[in-house]
Amino acid sequence: MACFLVPAAEAAVTTIAAKAMKSKERGLPVHKVAVGSGFEDVEAIPFSKKLNWLSKLLWGGSALLCFEHVWHGEVVPFFPFLTAASDPAEAAVMLDEMASVGGSMALFLTGAWAVMLFAAHKIQKKALYPQLSAK
Amino acid sequence: MTLLVSVFAALTCTAIWYKNAPKNEMKVGVLCWLFWGSSLMWFIDACFEYAELGAEYFTPAPVDMLNDFFLGMSVVALGMLIWLAILLVSDPKGALKSVLFQKK
Repeated sequence: MACFLVPAAEAAVTTIAAKAMKSKERGLPVHKVAVGSGFEDVEAIPFSKKLNWLSKLLWGGSALLCFEHVWHGEVVPFFPFLTAASDPAEAAVMLDEMASVGGSMALFLTGAWAVMLFAAHKIQKKALYPQLSAK
Repeated sequence: MTLLVSVFAALTCTAIWYKNAPKNEMKVGVLCWLFWGSSLMWFIDACFEYAELGAEYFTPAPVDMLNDFFLGMSVVALGMLIWLAILLVSDPKGALKSVLFQKK
């Protein structure tokens, strides 16, 4: 009914947080990484950029799911925008669905992002400290 | 069906992105975020529907399947429209600039 609003709200929060973090970030330490036969100077990815990945995932999903809700007539371009909001009984069902399905969507996407962060950390560690990963 | 169409779109875009990485001139990454985000969200939606319907979830009526496929294709079209708008506004290759401003 309006489950996409929960991930969309999380997306708004993460976008603001990423922008706030980016403005506070200073120059990151530079590392030498072996590339082919030579070396390259690289910077580790700042956390604001990683948080931006989550924002993009949440905004992308919310945008396309919003379209699906328009398709099914659950979102309309006039007030109150959500058809279920005009009837108190339906509004209660909508809020329940937002809490269960919407909440699960937001949690699942955050979990998928956490897996991405873990994988990125492992790849970075392997590239920066190859002698540690060889053990 | 919508989930399936979205997942195939996400897989195709990720393969194209990886083929051209680290260059990102066509901003294919935008499509990856759009389709992966929606795929993961529809997966949760499908889980809730499966919990409600059980095995019946996997045997939809042909009309419902067709409607869901139609929706899936429309979602892909919308995703590509969003991508095209971002690509043209950011213009990473400077193609629009060179068309709009001719050198003397």
